[in-house]
Amino acid sequence: MSATSFPSESAAFRGGAREALGVPAAVLGAGFVGYGSLAGEHGYSIAQVVVATAAIWALPGQLILIEMNAVGASALAIIAAVAMSGARFLPMTMTLTPVLRDARYGPGTLYPAAQLVSMTTWAAAMQGSPGIAAAWRVPYFVGFGAACLATSAICAAAGFLLAGALPPLVRLGFVFLAPVYFFVILIGDARTRLAAVALGCGAIAGPLFHLVSPQWSVLGAGFAGGTLAYFLQRMHGRAS
Amino acid sequence: MDAQADLWWLIGACGLGTYLWRGLGIALSGRLSLDSEWFRWTACVAYAMVAGLIMRIILMPTGMLAATPLEDRLLACAAALVAFYATRRNLFAGVVAGAGTLVALSYLRAAL
Repeated sequence: MSATSFPSESAAFRGGAREALGVPAAVLGAGFVGYGSLAGEHGYSIAQVVVATAAIWALPGQLILIEMNAVGASALAIIAAVAMSGARFLPMTMTLTPVLRDARYGPGTLYPAAQLVSMTTWAAAMQGSPGIAAAWRVPYFVGFGAACLATSAICAAAGFLLAGALPPLVRLGFVFLAPVYFFVILIGDARTRLAAVALGCGAIAGPLFHLVSPQWSVLGAGFAGGTLAYFLQRMHGRAS
Repeated sequence: MDAQADLWWLIGACGLGTYLWRGLGIALSGRLSLDSEWFRWTACVAYAMVAGLIMRIILMPTGMLAATPLEDRLLACAAALVAFYATRRNLFAGVVAGAGTLVALSYLRAAL
């Protein structure tokens, strides 16, 4: 079995982009159409929808920003919650960097490319990279990630415009897309015990904390539910 | 327009806050054990935070979703899960079924 090679850097970039513009882009698109609709409903401009998608490039963080802003949380609490929700990127980038590293691409390429790391692009790169010659992995990843991000930004803008143009009843469906998207992803994703326990604790803590303090509920439920889940998991691990 | 300016700042700051982890991941790659307790804890907090937010949006939404009855939103979520598993974990089918159910239920309520 020989690894896939490309005649040039731009061919590798296009190869990655082509790979992204299938199932990955379609699934991301559904989530981001919902995001654009929801953001429009909460007073974003279309430019803000697109820039937030490119700048944050993490749908959970983008949702947290919308919802915490809507309940009037302080800027500091919002930034802390969004940043904390992105902590998953640290281990993801740490594991991806050695896979992609090649002498031709230094920090000047890797650091900007890191912005493209997301759940979708990371999973695809970790899975697909071993089948690609080492020299072409970075441009392939950048092509894949850029296509995902561009599709998502376009879909977010489309969701914004569609929701604004549709009758209220249909708009309701669009605004509901993003929550239901994560509802299905989170339940479908709860395959490891750590994830399942953390999701369960958070799902209970979120609404409870909201009753006490809407502004602090996301952070509070995350820290309390997550820490509880962590210790439950540890106790269970020791006992068995 | 003050709220708009504030939102721009927030978007920028949230973007930076999220990027920090991505950038740090490159700097620390190969220098930190991925199997540490700290990683397990942050994963728990991140999962709990998102799950908490989504449950809250479904149970106690703000904006136009707040006008729908709770049972409609729960039925829509159930429909999404059924469609997801019935189509061998097709996320697209699940999402469309969920949103479609909510719209259909709201339409029926308005028509009756």
